[in-house]
Amino acid sequence: MDTHRHLDDELSSLRDRVLLLGGEAEQALERAMYSLSERDSDVARQVLDHDDQIDHLEVEIDRQCIDIIALRQPAARDLRFVISVAKMAPVLERIADHACNIARAAIDLNNEPELKSLLDVSRMSEHALKMLRAALDSFTSSDAITAREIIKSDSEINDLYNHTFHRLIELMVTEPATATRDARLLFVAKHLERIGDYVTDICELTVYMAEAAFIKHSIKL
Amino acid sequence: MPVQTAAPRIEVKASTPAPTTDGGSAKVAVRDLDFFYGRVQALHSISLEIPERIVMAFIGPSGCGKSTFLRTLNRMNDVIPATRVGGQVLLDNHDIYAPATDVVELRRRVGMVFQKSNPFPKSIFDNVAYGLRINKVTSSGSELAGRVEQALKDAALWNEVKDRLKTSALSLSGGQQQRLCIARALAIRPEVLLMDEPASALDPIATSKIEELIFDLKKQYTIVIVTHNMQQAARVSDTTAFFLLGKLIEVNSTEKMFTAPNEKLTEDYITGRFG
Repeated sequence: MDTHRHLDDELSSLRDRVLLLGGEAEQALERAMYSLSERDSDVARQVLDHDDQIDHLEVEIDRQCIDIIALRQPAARDLRFVISVAKMAPVLERIADHACNIARAAIDLNNEPELKSLLDVSRMSEHALKMLRAALDSFTSSDAITAREIIKSDSEINDLYNHTFHRLIELMVTEPATATRDARLLFVAKHLERIGDYVTDICELTVYMAEAAFIKHSIKL
Repeated sequence: MPVQTAAPRIEVKASTPAPTTDGGSAKVAVRDLDFFYGRVQALHSISLEIPERIVMAFIGPSGCGKSTFLRTLNRMNDVIPATRVGGQVLLDNHDIYAPATDVVELRRRVGMVFQKSNPFPKSIFDNVAYGLRINKVTSSGSELAGRVEQALKDAALWNEVKDRLKTSALSLSGGQQQRLCIARALAIRPEVLLMDEPASALDPIATSKIEELIFDLKKQYTIVIVTHNMQQAARVSDTTAFFLLGKLIEVNSTEKMFTAPNEKLTEDYITGRFG
């Protein structure tokens, strides 16, 4: 039936767009961390320049979700998919914003001598990127089991953050000359920790989409 | 001679009983209902409970048996020759197909509104008063007028017609005629109101008025509505039942039905991927 084929086409287009946004957020984070670890401020500036396109993509997805709801009135799994995408797009955009904040910190830190504690932050970013990629894959395949596993793995990034936090505070005390840079790096660590939380949000939306189960804030409805 | 018909080939789980609102007994309870038009079996072992003072919507593709099923609830199918019913329909725990049932009284208790408004070629007042007069419900003119006024108010039509009660019902708009038919059904104070696609021939404004009316009426009546408009089912009903090829596939809260139905057949139908 034509009407339903149109809906399928629109849902498919929406899926493509949100995965594109996910890919952009992932790339922004990867490049921001690269600019920090490789001390390449040009790459950091590219991340910042590209953010407008990510914002634009989020708005397009918003509009597309509203159009589908208003014009196609999706139900059941289609409705859950559109709602999940509508809630996921701002989450992905926020991840890209955190990547921009990391890029800004990289530009500042790259003008200063390198810090030893960067390694801990790199470990956090590797884990955050791994979680983000897996979350986008589980969303694509409506895989609620993997999504739940990813949610559990957020504790690892929290542990890494706590470890990094204490290490940087210790450095601020023992080497006061590096305190400003340590503080900047602490913000980077916090951005990565928040990205882990956002990935958890994506996974919760995947579980809702696949199973119609609300697991947000550990509330079961 | 026993009737032999091939059952449609649909694999579904057993019918899910509808939840009752307060855990109490249902206003209408249907048990293993079969229905035949001659040799053709139109309904297959339907079991379903309709709690009191809720709106239940029946949805499904054309020919799935939802209107036939609706008409079994007040024996409207009795007037069709060569039909046969098996199983039970209980209204307040009394089998409406029991030989002792007074069918006229049954239809007073279980009123019906049809797809096409069918006012009599009489005045607005006489249309609403008709059922009261033939049932000799009232003894005085003032009581009759009071009942007509109340029915028109309940049908959200009073303010539009109070100054022209003696004019022909046929002068009303389509939406007003349909609300007049609802007033006519309400005048004899039914307990259950069956509505067979009551808004399918109406424009969006008239449809909206009917839907608002249904929402108000459920405070007093148990309402069962057949609709092809799934958004309408979603808007007006508390519980939805999905029929397919004469079988009840799923009964669920409307919220669950339209966000996460239990049955794949239901999901395929409401997402438009049926067939």
